[in-house]
Amino acid sequence: MWAFNPSIPPIKREMPSRYRLEGFECHDCGFRSLPPRQVCPRCGSRNVSRVRLPRRGRVLQHAVVHSAPRGYEFYTPYVLALIELEDGTRIFSQLTDVDPEEVTQGMEVEAVLRKVRVGGHGGPVAYGLKFRPVLER
Amino acid sequence: MKPQRPVGIVGWGAYVPRYRIKEEDLAQAWGRDYKRYASGLMVTEKSVPGLDEDTLTIAYEAAQNAIARAGIDPSELGAVYVGTESKPYAVKPTSTILAEAIGASGATTGADFEFACKAGTEAIQAVTGLVGSGMIKYGLAVGADTSQGAPGDPLEYTASAGGAAFVLGPAEESVAEIVASYSYVTDTPDFWRRAHMKYPSHARAFTGEPAYFHHIMSAAKALMEEMGTTPQDYDFVVFHQPNGKFPKRVGKKLGFTKEQIEPGLITPIIGNTYSGSSLVGLSAVLDVAEPGAKILVVSFGSGAGSDAFHIEVRDRIVEARDRAPRLEVYLRRKVYVDYPYYARSMRMYVMPSDVGAY
Repeated sequence: MWAFNPSIPPIKREMPSRYRLEGFECHDCGFRSLPPRQVCPRCGSRNVSRVRLPRRGRVLQHAVVHSAPRGYEFYTPYVLALIELEDGTRIFSQLTDVDPEEVTQGMEVEAVLRKVRVGGHGGPVAYGLKFRPVLER
Repeated sequence: MKPQRPVGIVGWGAYVPRYRIKEEDLAQAWGRDYKRYASGLMVTEKSVPGLDEDTLTIAYEAAQNAIARAGIDPSELGAVYVGTESKPYAVKPTSTILAEAIGASGATTGADFEFACKAGTEAIQAVTGLVGSGMIKYGLAVGADTSQGAPGDPLEYTASAGGAAFVLGPAEESVAEIVASYSYVTDTPDFWRRAHMKYPSHARAFTGEPAYFHHIMSAAKALMEEMGTTPQDYDFVVFHQPNGKFPKRVGKKLGFTKEQIEPGLITPIIGNTYSGSSLVGLSAVLDVAEPGAKILVVSFGSGAGSDAFHIEVRDRIVEARDRAPRLEVYLRRKVYVDYPYYARSMRMYVMPSDVGAY
């Protein structure tokens, strides 16, 4: 008997970006992305630093997952989206608190912390930021 | 009780999930007549956590709202305390996950509090002591739950999901000063959950007079006596609200009016958020209270005890209020779900992946 548990080291390693949207910024070419890196993948510069990315953005493209990979079955159907944050950074994330048929291109979304994967009854719980439609205040 | 230096609420925030289930649907799932069996609880519907929500995610959003209103850097928090009886882990603090996620991890104290439905106000007492003694400048106290009620049990009609968070700090920076408090506990076995049990047990009618009413009235009366106040001196009163009936009845017994009780009475439309219950009510009151208003808050936790707080609203509340969504924003955005979705959300089904049966 075994449960498909998320691996612990990546959970810990990815906390800054999954919990707080900490990415990196290249001071030579201006490229920003998740997760934090030591070398800019666009221009090769090492002149980079950590930056907390904006928590709001809009949906560019999305796909609905009905047949999920291991560890994500409980949440189907769920939506994966390419999101452009307010500073232009593009990230890939799950959407939450939205029915798949309600998702539209350009939909404004904001980051919220949610469970991403749960390791059965006894394994770890991996949390991470997902995006939901911006609250109507 | 009063701290050595005055302490107040610097920021507050609440969160309620978007999903709701109607009481009629809960009754129908178990073949019961809603009017005969459950309408006396005076709750029409209750909140249900989303599939990817738990106590930590609820505490997180409430805390983010409280920090936004406080306008502080989360790294200044010297305490992150979460009061709950639905911890995601039986052993591993919810507070460390919360501290990491909000950017307060490192040099801070962190702990989870458990005292049935008054764990959140117990956390407020602890943070008040730390701020009031000068050990820390700011502290965060949260009351949040994805409340448990056994399928088919009367508790299932009210056990819901939600929570509220409070950044406490020096009174001169506060939106509302916690002028004094009074805590009262006895050994009263009215409601409990033994180790390894999924759902709580309760002593039915015994949860009323010897438990809820005795503790709330004892704490409220003692605090008002210490402060030299009467019910007429308060603009708002918030009690623990396990259903829609008890807070009204205890308020009437103590001499409070409907107008003082109703702004903070939220359970009738979202159910009982256990550790969040009285604190969500306090959030609703802070969303509308004007400077100078006096608020009496009295929580109740089974087992049993009550914390009573005499709170006075300060001028800063006006500028802080719209830095985060008010509770009504979360109350408005609702989507009704049926019992099968509710059962899934409450993890009543065992999935193959839960037990490794791939």
